[in-house]
Parts: sequence; structure tokens; C-alpha cells
Amino acid sequence: MNFDITMTGFVALYVFMLAGFAGWVIIGGVPAILHTPLMSGSNFVHGIVVVGGLFALLNASTALEQGIGFFAVLLGAGNVAGGYAVTDRMLAMFKTSNDTTKHKPGAHGRHAKGHAHKKS
Amino acid sequence: MLTQLTQVAIGGVDLIAAFLFMYGLKQMSSPASAPAGIRLAGVGMVGAVLVSFLYVFTVDAAARPHLMINIALAVVALGIGGAGAWFAGRTVQMTAMPQMVAIYNGMGGGAAGGIAAVELFGARTHGITQLVVTLLGALIGSISLSGSLIAWAKLDGVLKAPWRVPGQQFMNLAVMIITLAVGGVVLFASHGAVLTLGTPTWIAIFFGCALVFGILMTLPIGGADMPVVISIYNAFTGLAVGLEGFVLQNPALMIAGMVVGAAGLLLTLIMAKAMNRSVANVLFTNFGTPAKGKGTGPVPGTEKSVEASDAAIKMRYASSVIIVPGYGLAAAHAQQKLFEFVKLLLAAKVSVKFAIHPVAGRMPGQMDVLLAEAGVPYDMIFQLDDINDDFATTDVALVIGANDVVNPAARSDKSSPIFGMPILNADKAKQVYVIKRGQGKGYSGIVNALFYEPVCAMVYGDAQAVLVKMIEAVRGLGAAAA
Repeated sequence: MNFDITMTGFVALYVFMLAGFAGWVIIGGVPAILHTPLMSGSNFVHGIVVVGGLFALLNASTALEQGIGFFAVLLGAGNVAGGYAVTDRMLAMFKTSNDTTKHKPGAHGRHAKGHAHKKS
Repeated sequence: MLTQLTQVAIGGVDLIAAFLFMYGLKQMSSPASAPAGIRLAGVGMVGAVLVSFLYVFTVDAAARPHLMINIALAVVALGIGGAGAWFAGRTVQMTAMPQMVAIYNGMGGGAAGGIAAVELFGARTHGITQLVVTLLGALIGSISLSGSLIAWAKLDGVLKAPWRVPGQQFMNLAVMIITLAVGGVVLFASHGAVLTLGTPTWIAIFFGCALVFGILMTLPIGGADMPVVISIYNAFTGLAVGLEGFVLQNPALMIAGMVVGAAGLLLTLIMAKAMNRSVANVLFTNFGTPAKGKGTGPVPGTEKSVEASDAAIKMRYASSVIIVPGYGLAAAHAQQKLFEFVKLLLAAKVSVKFAIHPVAGRMPGQMDVLLAEAGVPYDMIFQLDDINDDFATTDVALVIGANDVVNPAARSDKSSPIFGMPILNADKAKQVYVIKRGQGKGYSGIVNALFYEPVCAMVYGDAQAVLVKMIEAVRGLGAAAA
């Protein structure tokens, strides 16, 4: 069996089209209040480029390729870690009136529950 | 066998990661579910990064002797890049968020460009389609890298004034054409055309031109337009990542890149609409220079001023107050004091809401984050469309550090440069207070007709100092009553 993924021509275009459409719809549903974390969050998501950087670096066979590959992984890792750090930090700041008056445990409990729900 | 197992492992984990990215972003549709969403996306990312080390089992024969060094380099790069950016992200001030996002964005673009460079220099691409896509991704990624750095410099105040020269658009166009031409040369060179300069030299020239274009394109854009620019580069990086994903035949990169590309495009359009300008207008017409006396002529009426304490007491006895914060609030570091004052009003059973204009702040939604940081619950924060009708039934509108976004000239005065821009109807409130440093025009240099309306009174002073006085005034009342 062959598990190699090969995408050429139209298959790739279909993937692009569907992903672009999904992105448009998903992002369209994000309220304006979260637009900054959304931007840093989507920023974090394109940090997946680090995976491509790793592929390039691991396959490098000349010093030039190693240098560029190192640079790509370095930047990609920065993109991922930084994007995540700021997004997580910002999202933690958003509280409702209930959270701020009644303390945090309530909010955490609700999160944990909601989380478990979706996983089951 | 090992190769197949590797393919299955990488393919499977990447598939899950791609799902988690989209699901995580979907969770951002509410502030309550968003933190869990980003964590899920984070899990996907960690998985995708770890599993990509399995690529060591599939490397080319040429790379095999260098494998140990390459692995070491990868670990070092991940460590340095990750730890440095993590630390910066954890410590950065919320007001500095736009430039931070610009930097991370540029890094992503640079990484995409780097991947393209390895593919090109190593002559790894096969076929014309792959080569064209690689070059396109390299071009967009490089523009995003250098452009984001300029955006960072502008937002951080390193570059103060936009750099503009006559005929700049033609120069930029020329650079773009040269870049594309060099790209064409690389294309031919890679297909065996014999040139005086070697193929690698042309590739290097191509990257150089693309980087220069990113710089030239961003330099003339004014600071006020940076929200749109950051959004555009976010879309660019996403697109570049998606294209390089195609080159590497990695669907996770393709999907994540395209999702982000679409997201960036949508945000760009939203921001441009909120500024009442087209994206092309932002990029190519160099707004942001103060419009000298353009638009509104002398406005009838005069600016009245009022003491902070009087305004505070009026709000204390009002039944409803809407606060319109602008970037000036953050510039004065007065968010905490504002929320302290709001808490006093809430304790006195005043209904308080915050009204946020889409362009309040220097990137989409930044004002919301700054208020959340100060502890303002998000159920008190309302966006333009949701709150604009409420002003008519509100006792007091308090405008702090905002100007153009409440200028009624945008509704009525066809000669005003901001005519047609959606604004917050603060002037419809029964009483308007504007906290402002002093008399004078706003960021864009446009006279604000609101300040001359009979319902409007100005509270002059630094936002923080004014709010301290307001807090004291309301506290004083409380003490007297008790």
C-alpha cells in the first residue's frame, strides 16, 4: 500500500479552495471583540510553516541549504511560540461580569465541563 | 516498510493537527470557548512539530551524511527561536501588541521564503508548476518578511514619518516588474538556459528584489493605516505558507496557510470598510498625512469646557452612560483608572456600556484587549453595530481619547475626508463629555464638529489625571451621603 501523499494540479486547487472557504466562514463567525487574538491566533496557525522548515533543514545537503534551513526553522519556531504565547495571554484576559465578581474557579469549572462535553 | 510507517505517522498527525487548527479557530467565536480552542490548536502544533522529526527516515541519500548535524541544527533553531519569541510574547505590553504580531508575522513569511530558497538553491523542484508556485511563495513570503519589519518599525516608533518621494508608485511598480522578470529568468535558468550569471546568483537577486519591494511598498503608508497593513501581511504569510505547502506536498501547510490567508483577507476588508477606504486606497494613495484645512471649514458654535468633577457627578446621577474609548486612552495608560471610575458608577446603579469602533486601536480589536486587560468584563463591551442605536436613549456619552470615530461630519459633510466612514453616534446622546488633552485637531487633522455641538462639553486634561479627579468627585459624594 502506498501512503505517499501526492497532490497535483486540480487536487491541490480543490484543497486550496475548500481551505480558503472554510477559513472565510470560520473567521466570519468570530466576533469583533476577539479580532486581535484572532489575528495573533491565525498568525500562530501559519507558524505550521516550521514543519516545512524542518523538512527542508533535515534534507539539507550543502552548507548553504543548512544555513537557510536553520534560518527557516528559527523564524518558524519564533512564529509558533510567539503567536501562541500572546494569543493565550490575551484570551485569558477576557472575563464576564460573573467571573470578575465571583472569582476565577467558577470560570475554570465551566471551561473544564464544556471541554469534556465536546470531547465525549 | 519504515518509509511507509513514517508516511502514515506524519500524515496522520498532520491531519489531526489541521483539524485542530480549524476547530481551535472555530472556538474563537466566543470569548468563553476561545482559550480552550487555542490550546487545542497548540496541541496540534506540538504534535506536528514532533512528528516531523520522523522525516529523518525519509531523507535523500545526499543529505544522509549530514543528518546528525541537521538534527542538531533543527533542535538548536527550535530552541532559540521558540524560547526567544515565547519570552517576548509573555512579557510584551498589550499596547505593543500590533508590532509584536507584525514581527511574528514577518517570521512566518521569512520561514516560508527560506523553505522556497532551499528548494530553489537545491534545484529540488520538478516541473514548471512546482517551480512557479515555489517562486510565487518565495515572492509573497519575502514581501511579508521585509514589509512586516517596516510595519514593526513604524508601530514601534523607530520610523517616525512615512517616507514618500515623487513618483513613488512608478518606482514601486518598476521594482515589482524587475522582480517578476528576475523570477522569469530563474524559471528559464532552472530549465537549462545558459546564462552569464549562474542560477544561484539569479535566485539571490530574486530574493533581494522581493525583499526590497516589501520595504518600498510599506514605507509610504501612514501609521494610521497600519491595522490594514498588518492584516494584509497576515494574509500574505498565510498564502506563502500554503504555496510552499504545495511545493513540499504537505497538506497541513496548505490547509493552515489557506485558512489564515482567507482570515487575513477578511480582516483586511473589515478594517478597510471601517475606515471607509478601499484596500487599494490604503496601499497606493498615501493617506495619513494631515489634511491641511481640507474639508470642514469653520464650524458654527464654540467648544465649551467643564470641570472633571462636575462631569463625574452628572454621570453618577445619570441612569445610563456609554463610554467611547480611543487609542488616546491607552496612550495615557488610563484604562485601569477608567475601569475604577466605571466600577463606582456601577455601584451607584448606573448602566455602563463601552462602545468600540472597529478602528479604535492600532490593530483590529486592540481596544477590546486593552479593556479586558484592565479588567472590564466583555459583556460590557459592545461593537459599533450593536450599540449605535442606544446612544439616542443614553444620558451621557463619555468620549476618551477618540476623535474621528465620533465626528458627525462623517455622516453629513460631503466635503470631509472621512465622509461615509461609519461612526459611533455619540452626538445623539443627551449629554456628551469629551476628555481631551487640549484644543486642537485629532490624529487625522480633521476638525471634529462634535466638539462644537450644544450637547457636548470638553473636559481638558490628561486622561489619567482627569479620571483620578472624577473618581475623587464620586467618592466624595459617597462619603457625604454616608
